[in-house]
Amino acid sequence: MSLPKFTYLAPASLEEACGLLDQYQGKIRTKAGGTDLMVRLAQRALKPEYVMGIRNIPELEGISFDPDKGLRIGAMALLSEVADNPVVLERYPMLSRAAKATATVQIRNMGTVMGNICNASPSADNSPTLVAMNASIVAVSSAGERQIPIDEFFLGPGRNALEATEIAKEILVPVPLSRSGVSYQKISPRSKVDIAAVNVGAMVVVDEQGTCQQARICLGAVGPIPLRATSAEEFLLGKVITDEVAEKAGALAGSDASPISDVRASKEYRRLMVIILTKRALLEARHGTGI
Amino acid sequence: MKQTISLQVNGDTYQLAVNPWRTLNEVLREDLKLTGTKLGCGTGDCGACTVLVDGKSVSSCLTLAIEVQGKEITTIEGMAPNAEELHPIQESFIQKGAIQCGFCTPGMIMSTAYLLNNNHNPTEQEIRAGLSGNLCRCTGYNKIVDAIQDAAEKLREDK
Repeated sequence: MSLPKFTYLAPASLEEACGLLDQYQGKIRTKAGGTDLMVRLAQRALKPEYVMGIRNIPELEGISFDPDKGLRIGAMALLSEVADNPVVLERYPMLSRAAKATATVQIRNMGTVMGNICNASPSADNSPTLVAMNASIVAVSSAGERQIPIDEFFLGPGRNALEATEIAKEILVPVPLSRSGVSYQKISPRSKVDIAAVNVGAMVVVDEQGTCQQARICLGAVGPIPLRATSAEEFLLGKVITDEVAEKAGALAGSDASPISDVRASKEYRRLMVIILTKRALLEARHGTGI
Repeated sequence: MKQTISLQVNGDTYQLAVNPWRTLNEVLREDLKLTGTKLGCGTGDCGACTVLVDGKSVSSCLTLAIEVQGKEITTIEGMAPNAEELHPIQESFIQKGAIQCGFCTPGMIMSTAYLLNNNHNPTEQEIRAGLSGNLCRCTGYNKIVDAIQDAAEKLREDK
């Protein structure tokens, strides 16, 4: 499993990295943790002339929380760092759960949450919760910075909204609203390590009576990108999320999904699991609202 | 194309000329002849190639050697304190019969070291979760879990 030849570049600043992306456009791949890229290189699915490692760029490091702006996850923040971060555990526990559900201990010590998002696998563990929580991705190029809403970030399996000259700098997650709750649910043939057969992220916001004001549900591994379950979301508005309402929303999410059959699960099984996991996610999210 | 790098492995510093596309696994095994670290799947799924980099367990098959310069690398060869003695985790693996063919064992022991450094008294479930990135096709895992519980107890007593 040796790798194809490439020239390795290790910029020490974002500016330098953007310059290299401009210079070697089409011939260069950005490498963060490398847990997806290295496999694709070994399989010769990719043969870039240049590999740009971004672990020496200070602007890409760290996880921080600002009471106005919310959570910032730097592009080089490891899955294990996000999973165990005290602020994430306190204010965004479902982001921790999703990071911890990703791959193996070793991969979590190497790979990043940003890498999991940029890889744009429909089954990525970290996508559903970030979509549910309305995150955005900050992209940087030598032309400047732009913020991409996560709803616009995924374009298809393995395809994201970054331009060839852009580097993903950080993930921003808004401050959780009052009376909001979030959940992440996953099912796969193996309880650990495995890629999700289906995963679901949900966020609900309720008023003081428990009536749903906002719902965002994201279904993973049942479409070409992490899918919003829009008919389930619309159905929930103005309703108290009882067991029965959650069950109906689950059924609607099942019809929002467009699963395929593959080695992990049949499409029929996937649709059934969407129904069940959406219900579970909504009930846990409702519980999280504290109402 | 070769770049001169300096690697710190098991407390020794090595100056090496390596191509940038070579993995840490290749450099450990082929250049440094530290063949205790195995290569299993080569895709980060099986855990046979696990080593510690700055105390964190990683898959050496997915690590570029040039990216771990200046970091402290520990392989299975660096676990025993000296030529006469084994590390308590190694002793427990032997005593509890947690080794059959042995191919997964170095990776298992490195993952155990990482687990027990971060959790001195893991539950059985925490052990199974901590070792879920290491596959063993012989033991059925029960004896490995026994060995890790035994090692955890010994390490707690040593403190």
